[in-house]
Amino acid sequence: MNKILITALISFMLALNVSAGTDGESNLSKKPEDVKDCFESFNRATFSLNQGLDKVIFKPIAKGYRKLPSPIRAGTSNVLVNFSTLITVPNNILQGEFKTAGVNTGRFAINTTLGILGIFNVAKKMGFSEYEKEDYGQTLGAWGVGEGCYLVLPVLGPSTVRDTTGSFVNILGGDPWYNASTHGNNEYLTKSDYIATKVLSGIDFRAKNLDSFSNLEKNSMDFYAAVRSLYLQDRQKKIANSKTITNTQDDSDWEEIETK
Amino acid sequence: MKSKKFLSLLVLIIVNILNINYSYSIQPDVFIQSTVNRTSEALKNKSTKEQKIEELKVIASETVDIRGIGLYALGSYKKDITKDQKQKYHLLFEQYFLKSFASRLAEYSNPKIEVKSKKKLNKNYTMVESVLIATEKRPEIKIDWRVYTKDPNNLMIRDLIIEGLSLARTQKEEFSSIIESNNGDINFLFKNLKEFSNK
Repeated sequence: MNKILITALISFMLALNVSAGTDGESNLSKKPEDVKDCFESFNRATFSLNQGLDKVIFKPIAKGYRKLPSPIRAGTSNVLVNFSTLITVPNNILQGEFKTAGVNTGRFAINTTLGILGIFNVAKKMGFSEYEKEDYGQTLGAWGVGEGCYLVLPVLGPSTVRDTTGSFVNILGGDPWYNASTHGNNEYLTKSDYIATKVLSGIDFRAKNLDSFSNLEKNSMDFYAAVRSLYLQDRQKKIANSKTITNTQDDSDWEEIETK
Repeated sequence: MKSKKFLSLLVLIIVNILNINYSYSIQPDVFIQSTVNRTSEALKNKSTKEQKIEELKVIASETVDIRGIGLYALGSYKKDITKDQKQKYHLLFEQYFLKSFASRLAEYSNPKIEVKSKKKLNKNYTMVESVLIATEKRPEIKIDWRVYTKDPNNLMIRDLIIEGLSLARTQKEEFSSIIESNNGDINFLFKNLKEFSNK
């Protein structure tokens, strides 16, 4: 029953999204300001709620987490990154990046075994290329599906209709770690293991960005708009899969700036 | 004979002019590295936070095209404002920018930035690629600098792109959001800029 509901919701969201994304313009040529904030009042309210939760719960936990010895934090972070490979590999394949899928599978096998579940990044020491995370939202973007409207989700934070749709794929069988822990029918893993890794990922991310977030908040006149801009820029960069910065920057607005 | 002498003199003058121009122009990557080194020295040597902020403001005034960034951040609204509003905006933006820029950087004690390469985009812009060297507390961070090269003798920074995220673009979208949520009234942006600078 749950699956039917989720599938129906995804179909509905994608249908909305397709009409939002088909304006005859290439997705990657769009600028973040072109993404519509259709639910701005709702989003701003959710953003305030999230800021409240962050102040009371997540920030203090992240601060505490940062007091742990550096090797423990690094090891935890490595394990979480290793788990994320399970979502990255199918997305590499869906995007036609077969070679990268092979490299990431090798990386996962080495780090899970020799690196003890990924605590140690042995693959890096063996000369594997830098790891790039992929998700289903990015794959939809790479396929040309537009962002749709900007969304702020309770607790989870910034997203778009497309990226939220992509997240649903994880619990519909797209995430092997979710499948193993929730539907694996084994005595070793439970759904709470999956939830624990997700919560830990959130804390790890918050702890890594404690200073940059507070710096941004202190120096923003409209913090909500600044976070929206940064999120959308980041997603566009990740979907472009380009390491060359000049490929992801739009120059047209700069050309007309003459000060003399 | 006379014309030969005149020709030699002319060649000498041209060579000198070219030489003078050459000696004053600086490559964008060298410009960024020297600016970064200067900033690093300021952060390392000045004892109090206030001293650091004052020194950073001086460096920013000399190396950043604050007026250009201000116009960019105004987006399409720059076409709709009057000459007086524009003048007021430039003044308010400069105060805002220097305060925001200096207080962001003053948090760092001794950042080590290494310039890696440069890419000429067109006659007006070159992108200089650099990295903020990793420390125990944070990983390596990629920083790219958009340098305005229209006047090769007076290079200016127009944008900082940190891990692919443009600060100027973020600023532009923030300003646009403030104006839009106040029915397109640019005076609300002026009010916000003033409040920020006075806080």
